Amino acid sequence: MNFLNDPLKVAAAWLEGIFTGWGMDAVAAHVLVVFLGVFLLIAILMVLDIFLVWVERKVVARFQDRLGPNRVGPFGLIQPFADIIKLIIKEDTTPEGADKVVYNLAPILSMASVLILWAVVPLAPVMLGVDLNVGVLFLIAAGAIGTLSIIMAGWSSNNKFALIGGFRQVAVMVAFEIPMLTMLMIPTIFAGSMNMNDIIESQNIWYFIISPLGALIFLVAAIAELGRAPFDLAEGESELVAGFNIEYSGMKFGMFYAGELLHAFTFGGFWSILFFGGYRFFGLEQVSPFLAILILVIKAMVGYWVIMWIRYTMMRIRIDQMLAFNWKFLTPLSFVLVLVTALMNALLSGADAWLYILGMFLSNVIVGWVALEIARSVAQKERERVEGAKAVEAAPH
Amino acid sequence: MTAEQIIFLIVALFTLGSALMVVTTGNLVHAALWLVSTLFGVAVIYALLNAGFIAVVQVVVYIGAIAILFIFAVMLTRKDLRDQGPQMNSNWWLGAILAVLVFAGLAFMLQGWSGFSKTAAVLPSGFDAVGLLGEQLTSPNAYVLPFEVASVLLLAALVGAVYVAFNKK
Repeated sequence: MNFLNDPLKVAAAWLEGIFTGWGMDAVAAHVLVVFLGVFLLIAILMVLDIFLVWVERKVVARFQDRLGPNRVGPFGLIQPFADIIKLIIKEDTTPEGADKVVYNLAPILSMASVLILWAVVPLAPVMLGVDLNVGVLFLIAAGAIGTLSIIMAGWSSNNKFALIGGFRQVAVMVAFEIPMLTMLMIPTIFAGSMNMNDIIESQNIWYFIISPLGALIFLVAAIAELGRAPFDLAEGESELVAGFNIEYSGMKFGMFYAGELLHAFTFGGFWSILFFGGYRFFGLEQVSPFLAILILVIKAMVGYWVIMWIRYTMMRIRIDQMLAFNWKFLTPLSFVLVLVTALMNALLSGADAWLYILGMFLSNVIVGWVALEIARSVAQKERERVEGAKAVEAAPH
Repeated sequence: MTAEQIIFLIVALFTLGSALMVVTTGNLVHAALWLVSTLFGVAVIYALLNAGFIAVVQVVVYIGAIAILFIFAVMLTRKDLRDQGPQMNSNWWLGAILAVLVFAGLAFMLQGWSGFSKTAAVLPSGFDAVGLLGEQLTSPNAYVLPFEVASVLLLAALVGAVYVAFNKK
């Protein structure tokens, strides 16, 4: 066991040796080392978060044919630091009539709900935070805390816009949790485990290839969960000014903003873990754990880029359209997909690998095609109904 | 006391304290938020009992769905969210006596049980609690019937909710 093959355990053993050498109790030393590990992970994530601001602004600038931040430092790299300094020295305001404790707790919970997700992310074959046997469900549980933070922010601000924004966001998050939870069952069926690391280890072929529809629905639900365009009506500027975080200033707003960016990156990471093999890439992950982390980060960045790509090319849709899309289309579709996947898994479990992959892929394509055809015919009827009504209105009386 | 017992005591006190705040706080939304922290404490107790699946489901279902619905219902139905009604009605002493009696009865019953003073057995590594739970819930020899009955009950509740909300044109 040397540092390059298993850096985490070696470093932990080394530190524990030092602490016990100082006369510390073995259990206390272990707890302290674990605490330091968590602290280190959070510190790395927060520093990464600072650069995500720059990444997001640069990418959106490319999509919108602009330059993005380019004045402070090379390629505008120092810009996020300037922004942070601005956020920190801004006046910290609390609106009149606000519920102070809840108001101050909401940004913390919002950030925590994202950071807590990283507890179950396997960074490399030997670098697991918590090897939780229900890791997949943990994703939804952390999302529940995020939902709570938004309703707390919306209510405690004592502002109509914030409250309406909070209601909308929570309605969306609660609704889209269902397709997301259902889609998490698809890697679970394939891997036979809800453990994140088992899901990665069993992906000899990317689950995206076996279940492209599942990956797509998960992505849509993840974007809705993030509250990003086309599902960003919680912050519909034209109607709500800014949504649930309208009353927050300075670093409290910064917590929401940074939490959202890190959340997007995290969901890019989960998308890659569940459907694109996580840290695995043609055996490269076995060479060095550092390489495995690099692969995971690159895949997470690609996922994040797809989320940004969708965000900056789609327009916002109405809340009723969005909820109808979820309850009448996405939820039934995801239920059918899970049923079909479980059935095909039982039927093809003894078959050859290529037959299994082909059968799964084809069943996905067929389910997706049938769903689109049904949606098309329903939309056609709706259009005819609306146009018929218009024709009646336009006719001379 | 072992570390586990100390953690349990802290969590139990936190849960009980939050539960007390749910019924004594005047502000309805605060009560709902205290309820969330109570439910979270219960989830931690499940986690301490090695029931990871139940703990996570507790957070997903109770905090993610039910508590949020509570908050929604409170916010959408109350005219003034800061309402300050009396916390007790005239039967409070009856409730207190009942609570004490139930606690005493449970404590008395558990005193006589051999498992009361045992420490939890350490699970062997690789123990698949989730898989076993799934098998138990779907096995005809175990709990498939209660499981299905509960599903039918939930379905009936769903149909009922749709019927109540359905707008007959």
